[in-house]
Amino acid sequence: MDAAALSSRFSALRDLAGKDMPTYETAGPDLLAVVKFLRDEQGFDLLADLCGVEWKDRTPRFGVVIHLLSTASKEYVRLHVPAVDDRVPSVSSLHPGANWHEREAYDMFGIRFDGHPDLRRILMWDAYPHHPLRKDFPLAGIEVPLPAADVAAITGQTVEPAPMMGGPFVSQGGRMSEGEPDALDQSWTEERPKS
Amino acid sequence: MKITKEISIGDVAARAEELRGENMTLNMGPSHPATHGVLRLSLELDGDKVVKCDPVIGYLHRGDEKIAENMTYNQFVPYTDRLDYLAPLANNVAYAIAVERLAGVKVPERCEAIRVVCCEMARISSHLLGLGVYAMDTGAWTVFMYTFNERERLYTLFEELTGARFTTSYTRVGGVTRDLPEGWLAKVDAFCDGVLRTVDEVDRLLTRNGIFLERTEGVAPISKELALAYGLTGANLRASGVPFDLRKDKPYSGYERYDFDVAVGTKGDCFDRYLVRMEELRQSVRILRQAVRGMPGGAWYAEDAKKIFLPPKAKVLTRMEELIQNFMLVTEGPQVPPGEVYFEAENPKGALGFYVVSHGGGVPWRLRIRGPSFVALSILPAIIPGNYLTDIASVLGSLDFVMGECDR
Repeated sequence: MDAAALSSRFSALRDLAGKDMPTYETAGPDLLAVVKFLRDEQGFDLLADLCGVEWKDRTPRFGVVIHLLSTASKEYVRLHVPAVDDRVPSVSSLHPGANWHEREAYDMFGIRFDGHPDLRRILMWDAYPHHPLRKDFPLAGIEVPLPAADVAAITGQTVEPAPMMGGPFVSQGGRMSEGEPDALDQSWTEERPKS
Repeated sequence: MKITKEISIGDVAARAEELRGENMTLNMGPSHPATHGVLRLSLELDGDKVVKCDPVIGYLHRGDEKIAENMTYNQFVPYTDRLDYLAPLANNVAYAIAVERLAGVKVPERCEAIRVVCCEMARISSHLLGLGVYAMDTGAWTVFMYTFNERERLYTLFEELTGARFTTSYTRVGGVTRDLPEGWLAKVDAFCDGVLRTVDEVDRLLTRNGIFLERTEGVAPISKELALAYGLTGANLRASGVPFDLRKDKPYSGYERYDFDVAVGTKGDCFDRYLVRMEELRQSVRILRQAVRGMPGGAWYAEDAKKIFLPPKAKVLTRMEELIQNFMLVTEGPQVPPGEVYFEAENPKGALGFYVVSHGGGVPWRLRIRGPSFVALSILPAIIPGNYLTDIASVLGSLDFVMGECDR
């Protein structure tokens, strides 16, 4: 990839010094021009992946990460796009394959893609009220109405959170030997199930 | 008086507008035998011609990416089995390599070769099933019997290697769970002869079979440009004439040491996708033979990666330091430095990608799984309209997707 041509063309591009591939941060308004330049003039003809991320230490909270692949020069490039006001322009006009990836990012994080032809939920059902991959969404899930209202009317059932039984039993991160692994829900015992 | 009337197709054609019926909406799936799992196609039909196709997915959504954020790296290995559940070994390997790239771990040559054997056996297993059900979808029952017979032999080998037939969970970050069993490589070598005979049998049954040709040749061609625009990978991309194979072009796990050819199609129709998979089977056997016969000795896991891979059990039970190391690794997980990595492996269904974001420690901050089947299905609204309802079985069979990986 011609990194010099890219940075001279787009001065606002920030090089994030990626270890495994060239990584840049681009502001939302520049995104389409950058992706088009990479596709038409640098040969990045295949959109390998597009996903949402909730960052730990960045504002805005959400971002989109795009991985482009050049089938000619066999290299990848990564673009970070911050989702200001949870909005990012859609690249599905340049790479139609981004359509479903963007629907998934919308479904999982609530990131809205401006200019997307058909921004519906894709993995969860249409009426689902939450965005499950957000960090404030609990692993067990949240009780919500059954997607089939006619079934719910008769059975009175809802979609219940998963029984976690005190788990998951994992370390909360940090350096090795800083703290013991704990159950997330400390109140659970054999006698008293998770509330 | 003239009492005869000459009739022709032109009479009907002239009244085409008047005769046009209503379009019909038909749900194909979520449990239809040709949808290979729980996929629903919401179809709009004009007679038996498809006007619009809207795939509805998510029936098998388990939230794997959310689960991954809540457990250590090695705890997630069994979940990767359930992505492409027809080739669990290949998923295990792809996941392990992704995390190793982030952790900066280099595994020894023997480990790489073992993983290549795993990947290629998984490819053979997945393609055998893919071809069998593809043939069955197009009306040829027999092929499935031959290919399944061979898969049974593969499962016996998997069982001997990993202890499980389906959910193998064989890799760990920095290595594999155990070394190869004694005499196992010779059995793999013998298997190679058998599978080639089966592939030839499938060739005889299908490749010049009139019915199969009628149902696949020229059906739903995907042009080079369309395949790239939708991000197709693997055999589906190569069938459209793009000679891109991650094993050749971005070699991982020592694939650059093996001699093999990349099969490429010309028209990108359903028949080309079949031909490419057939050739890939033969090439996989070729790689498998080289890997089995040239299996290097030495360590089978990264011995110097003390904060990544478990110490040998005998030492854990007799020595203090290894006991502590074992305890910390099991409870806190392999220690991976902060950073991000994206790694794609050439899996049987296409490029399986893992994007891992770490803030240090044993738990990923974000683990994105890029499933090739998800991408392969996203092209359906572009290629299905204009085809007949019966062609859908051919198209779905030829794309060779699996819902476990699509819905994650």
